[in-house]
Amino acid sequence: MSKKTLTFLLMDAPFEQARVTTAFRLIEDALEKGHDVNVFTYEGGVSLSFTEQKPHPNAVHGRSVVEEEHPLPKDWIAFIQEKAKEKGCNFNWINCGLCLDERGVNDAIAGCERGGPADFLVWAKNSTSTLVIGTK
Amino acid sequence: MAKYFLIESRSPFDSTEVTHNYQLASDLANAGHEVTLFLVENGVFVTRSQASVHSFNNLEKVALLVDDFSLRERGIELSEVRSEIKPANLGLVVDAMAEGQKVMWL
Amino acid sequence: MKALQIIQSAYRCTVEEQDDPVVWFAQVLQNNGGEIDILLKGNAVNYVIAGQDSSGLKFGKWQQNQPAKLDLDLTDCLKNGLGIYIISEDAQDRGIPTDKIIAGIKTVSRKELPALFEEYEQVWHW
Repeated sequence: MSKKTLTFLLMDAPFEQARVTTAFRLIEDALEKGHDVNVFTYEGGVSLSFTEQKPHPNAVHGRSVVEEEHPLPKDWIAFIQEKAKEKGCNFNWINCGLCLDERGVNDAIAGCERGGPADFLVWAKNSTSTLVIGTK
Repeated sequence: MAKYFLIESRSPFDSTEVTHNYQLASDLANAGHEVTLFLVENGVFVTRSQASVHSFNNLEKVALLVDDFSLRERGIELSEVRSEIKPANLGLVVDAMAEGQKVMWL
Repeated sequence: MKALQIIQSAYRCTVEEQDDPVVWFAQVLQNNGGEIDILLKGNAVNYVIAGQDSSGLKFGKWQQNQPAKLDLDLTDCLKNGLGIYIISEDAQDRGIPTDKIIAGIKTVSRKELPALFEEYEQVWHW
């Protein structure tokens, strides 16, 4: 299938809902297939790219922080950015600015920009398909 | 007629809204549209043939798919799954999007 | 681009946000050139009831002075050209009195949704 532009809106905060993992699976698959991908995060979704996420050890499992290899969504984004480069795909990530402010999570990893719903509207108009993954 | 690709991540055990979502899938199909209902995450709990879900019985015209990872994650073996529901890769959602189908996460 | 926003999650963070964030999002899209309508389903059908009042919350010395006014927000949406639909069965199931529904709201039955969806290029289910 030829390269298309796909847009996703993510609304769930990290470490809360399985929808976050499923969304990342979708984004990974889209890039694997060579599509360009836009991601707009809204509400709790803006914390996905917050730089201050930290891995922790897991005493219950008897694992150190290194052994635990705790997943961090900000790292998933970074790995996906890397994959997009390797695949020659455009990968854009915009966080809702007001949502960042109210949560105090403005410090996002590189490549995740600040924007607003108008950016999402432009993406949606210029994408083959747009999938909103709202919180339930 | 349009193509609709509907994603359901909850089950009627979670919310009565899900029963209405199944009905929406059926109504879209009965209106002549090509409809796929893709079950993922806890939405897969309706797929066991022994599950008590009666609202699932009017979806004859809807293509029913279930995320293979979500099944495996929950220890649901293919032999337990209702025959009308086919295991599938989540990548089909991406393919539907790339095809320009109306993709909605219910 | 004509897009229908389906909202079902209701009163989720309306005290913190002082509005419904998806209704707010729809208003911003409309103000930026989108052709946006809203379909309220499930518990969100109650948003069309006039006289909702979440005022008076106090936590210590903090008092909420700008509580959400969902009915007024929807009235503003209507003034700005957004169409607002509710699913009639969802309203009936919840015993919503029709005389308390704000003016300008359109009702649609579940069976009519396929035809409604065809009026839009995009349907986003929040």
